Amino acid sequence: MVITKNDTVPVRSSEDIVRVRQAVRTWAIDLGFGLVDQTKLVTAASELARNTVNHGGGGTVRMEALNNAAHRGLQLTFEDHGAGIADIELALRDGYTTGSGLGLGLGGARRLANEFEIESRPGEGTRVRIVRWT
Amino acid sequence: MITKSKIPNILEVYEEELLKDWVQEQLASSTRRADLISEFELRQQSAEFLEAFRQASHGDNLLDITTPQWDHVREILTELSRSRAQHGFTASETATFIFSLKQPLFARLHQELEKNADTLSEENWAATVLLDKLGLFTTEVHQQNREAVIARQQQELLELSTPVVKLWEGILVLPLIGTLDSARTQVIMESLLQQIVESEATIAIIDITGVPTVDTLVAQHLLKTVAAARLMGADCIISGIRPQIAQTIVQLGVDLNEVTTKASLAAAFRLALQQSGQFVTETPQDAARR
Amino acid sequence: MERIPILKMGDLLLVTIQVDMHDRLAIALQDDLMNRIASTSARGVLIDISALEIVDSFIGRMIGNIAAMSRVLDAETVVVGMRPAVAITLVELGLSLSGVRTALNVEKGMNLLQASLPLPAEESADGHNEE
Repeated sequence: MVITKNDTVPVRSSEDIVRVRQAVRTWAIDLGFGLVDQTKLVTAASELARNTVNHGGGGTVRMEALNNAAHRGLQLTFEDHGAGIADIELALRDGYTTGSGLGLGLGGARRLANEFEIESRPGEGTRVRIVRWT
Repeated sequence: MITKSKIPNILEVYEEELLKDWVQEQLASSTRRADLISEFELRQQSAEFLEAFRQASHGDNLLDITTPQWDHVREILTELSRSRAQHGFTASETATFIFSLKQPLFARLHQELEKNADTLSEENWAATVLLDKLGLFTTEVHQQNREAVIARQQQELLELSTPVVKLWEGILVLPLIGTLDSARTQVIMESLLQQIVESEATIAIIDITGVPTVDTLVAQHLLKTVAAARLMGADCIISGIRPQIAQTIVQLGVDLNEVTTKASLAAAFRLALQQSGQFVTETPQDAARR
Repeated sequence: MERIPILKMGDLLLVTIQVDMHDRLAIALQDDLMNRIASTSARGVLIDISALEIVDSFIGRMIGNIAAMSRVLDAETVVVGMRPAVAITLVELGLSLSGVRTALNVEKGMNLLQASLPLPAEESADGHNEE
């Protein structure tokens, strides 16, 4: 699998969330994703970006354009050094929320992506990686 | 990793000679394809690439072509590969564009570094690795373009084979025929939703009379489509559910409570008319004829 | 910060969302709308999202809130113009927006709202007394 392009973008404010959405949209279009796939990617990115800002105290997202034998893909890795998540299973469950969200962020992002991986340690931070393939 | 490669310097100093030799290599090659590209164009493309290559080689990441310093080079190669693919070049023929730069570059490296065997072999290796990566990149883009064309054709085929019919004012029918796989169902459903927007329909009847079996995935897609249509402001009726399918759906534990279903298309149509405030009446002549 | 304009048409309020809203703008819209409903005694709210390419859980929650809060203020909400890709994604996301009425476009949305409002009180159009 090859990474054909990468970039790291700050995710610290609600304006950044909008910027991330726009960046993901642009990359998705360049990679040739169809409209529905683009929408799913951007929406998942929006959810995760918001988590990073609201619960992670701000962080970054690393965007990587992927290429394996059959498909192109877009990989997004959101990382923060915030409070971390104590119970990941619980956080992934729909409707669960510690803040003012609908609690769909993580579970929703997982459903919208082809690959989903999360690492989190209380007091150290959280890293969420998603990939969507064409 | 070489700390300070001589390659950028060589590209700088010998740019003109490199271009000349490289074009010569390409013209002499068996993959020349004079029928597909003129010498003038070849020269232009080579000059453009060499310029960008030279500039990109100055950054810190000489061998990592995924880094931003190589963005412009990748853009040029992407466009070149796309254009050549369209003109009928094979992936190898396109990659030869890059690979034929090796010989001229090695010749210059040898010229500069012949006194220092170790450095020469390191630089040769770096040049090989770099050009290999760029050549492979070109091949991949070529591949992607071919796949994109195939995908587009498949899509068109799919859309042609599943027409959405406007049955009445504001009422659409989607007659599904044959076995449905997950991919096909998704495409069909997206097409239906698009049609709902375009024809401003408020009711869509999905008729599955012609579908022999329905598995969980297909059932889920159907349900998702109904939910999506509702979010858009249209209602769906699923009709033509045969007893076997009804059994399968119940056994699979799929919840159809939120969905309106009718056994026949006719019943669904009657309901759709009702819901849109219309109904069919029989005139005395019709009655007499019957 | 710019705010999203709210148009008054009779006793309906019309909001057309045309920008990719950042969270604070969305909250401002919610507040503005509630204030406007209260101050105009509006009976219906039409939210046009036909220009939105994305509706995530935050915006979805905002829409749900607006519908619920409006109802408390005796106004009906209709959301119109959701794009197919957005609808498909929302369903996948798990957002049902069950308390929200929807329509294909502004025209149909207005019809829906008019139909659900009670008939106007019995008084002649211009208050004239036929003598």
